[in-house]
Amino acid sequence: MTANSNKMNYDEVNPHRFSKRKMWALIAELAAILLFIFYASPLILVVFNASKQSGQIILNPLSAPTDWSQLFKNIASVFGNRVVNYKGAFISSMIITFGSLAFIILFSSMAAWVIVRNKTKFSTFIYYCFIAMMVVPFQVVMYPLVSWFKTMSDAVTIPLFGFSLLRSYPGAIFAYIGFGISMSVFMYCGFIKGIPYEIEEAAEIDGCTKVQIFNKIILPMLKPITVTVSILNGIWIWNDFLLPLLILGKGNKIQTIPLAVSNFVGSYVKQWDMILTSTFLAIIPVLIFFLIAQKSIIKGMSEGAVKS
Amino acid sequence: MAETKKKSMNAKKRADRRTYILFLLPAVLAFTLVIMVPFIQGIIYSFTDWNGISKSFNFVGLTNYANAFKDTRFMYSARVTLIFGILNFVLVNIVAFLLALLVSSKLKGRDIYRAGFFLPNLIGGIVLGYIWQFIYNSVFPKLPMAWFQNNLMLVNPKLAVWALAITSTWQYAGYIMLIYYTALQNVPADLIESAQLDGANWWQRLTKIIMPLIAPTFTITLFLTLSNSFKQFDVVLSLTNGGPSMLWNGQAIKATELISVNIYNTASVQNQMALAQAKAVLFFIALAVISFIQTSMTRRKEMDS
Repeated sequence: MTANSNKMNYDEVNPHRFSKRKMWALIAELAAILLFIFYASPLILVVFNASKQSGQIILNPLSAPTDWSQLFKNIASVFGNRVVNYKGAFISSMIITFGSLAFIILFSSMAAWVIVRNKTKFSTFIYYCFIAMMVVPFQVVMYPLVSWFKTMSDAVTIPLFGFSLLRSYPGAIFAYIGFGISMSVFMYCGFIKGIPYEIEEAAEIDGCTKVQIFNKIILPMLKPITVTVSILNGIWIWNDFLLPLLILGKGNKIQTIPLAVSNFVGSYVKQWDMILTSTFLAIIPVLIFFLIAQKSIIKGMSEGAVKS
Repeated sequence: MAETKKKSMNAKKRADRRTYILFLLPAVLAFTLVIMVPFIQGIIYSFTDWNGISKSFNFVGLTNYANAFKDTRFMYSARVTLIFGILNFVLVNIVAFLLALLVSSKLKGRDIYRAGFFLPNLIGGIVLGYIWQFIYNSVFPKLPMAWFQNNLMLVNPKLAVWALAITSTWQYAGYIMLIYYTALQNVPADLIESAQLDGANWWQRLTKIIMPLIAPTFTITLFLTLSNSFKQFDVVLSLTNGGPSMLWNGQAIKATELISVNIYNTASVQNQMALAQAKAVLFFIALAVISFIQTSMTRRKEMDS
């Protein structure tokens, strides 16, 4: 950045070098555009080939489609397919992602506030437990989790509430709360440490209870970090495959988009028109979200990485 | 008077404590019931003949661990995970750093480039894997270069690992690019200016000033890419499903079956739950050792500077 602005000053003094710099800038720009197209080519190929018939794809996968209306025909056949049930999968993905996010945000911000503001041996111990378990790979817990969810369903949730934790929304959301809480608590703790305690003291002198302090003062201040936490967890949950595969199972009415695409591909061996159309449909919601919230996503992702 | 005040103070303290406990409870409960209990069970099951369903099981000592080490396919998985991990690590970091340099330059379209390079990261690994399966199987052979027509990447065991790394890099480099980009933005401008006045060229400025300055960032990206490479699962499942098959030490194995996929296949396909559990615990220990080395290295670096 600054290296270049500096170059400019230098160039103004030497008009002869200026044109040379300009040429280099042009070459760099062209190289960047080529690289950009190269990077985007897999996605361009998806759009191209989702707009063709199977035979055309095999003959010439690199060309642009001759008849774009084929895209809508392909989409219609994916929509009409009972295995993929795209609309149902989209709704399931929405329910699971947003349901989990709401609880993760609420529970982890509450816990983080107590961990930061009321440092006891117990709360510190919990904090370190959360952090330590971040290293544990999903493979260690996934199979015991399924049998443990079955045990809990038989003993608690079915007799008391009438639902099982397996093959259901509450089960998937509950699992995501558990897996999402570590990182979220960690990030909220880092943020709350930066909020001056004097604000809370003043409110307490004015007669606020702790619950009021959290609801009225802390929660509104957490907005920026909540955006980051939501984006990081939201992208992970939306795209996750193994957890819904194990908790929701195969052939369930409730299935997320990655599950639906995987089932769909399994049922169509090498029928690339249908497979690519289903991946195209899976990308569309993410793409729309990215176009709307690009700034927050990029900011959230880079902050999240540096903090964790 | 004083006594009632003290009493009300005590009552407030008690109320506060109740609030604190109630605030901690949901997070602790979810964490315990979803991670802690299955984690402890998982370690216990690795010493038993647990079959995944039945509640009764017998302790078998270290049998599962011994079997894991005797399992040629698993040993190959450990090896190929390491190879893939290093390959992916190098590719991701080189590509990400170059992209970061590009998007932090004065180019006109740098914001669009940044968004474009980052976008693949938002698409799920399963979906990406299918897209790249199409590219390797149907698009590459149609490219006007003899090499691509003669080498089907997903059929050749060595090239399949490369195919996996290329796809994985395409997915992940944009994310690491963002981290490098953030670090590059924080390099003080006057340092580079004075270096330039002293006659340092672009390469010298990069290697002698910029890279040492963002060294702490390299430790973050190193850790992120390493653990991400070792844990890769979704892309493998949909791109190669572990394949192609090949012979290794006289036994048929799957060439791109990373440890995570091997564990999944051991349990979900071969139905050997306890063995899979032992493999998972070994996987966990390996990851824990890596991240321990990583954190102690970071600490030492921070103390040095």
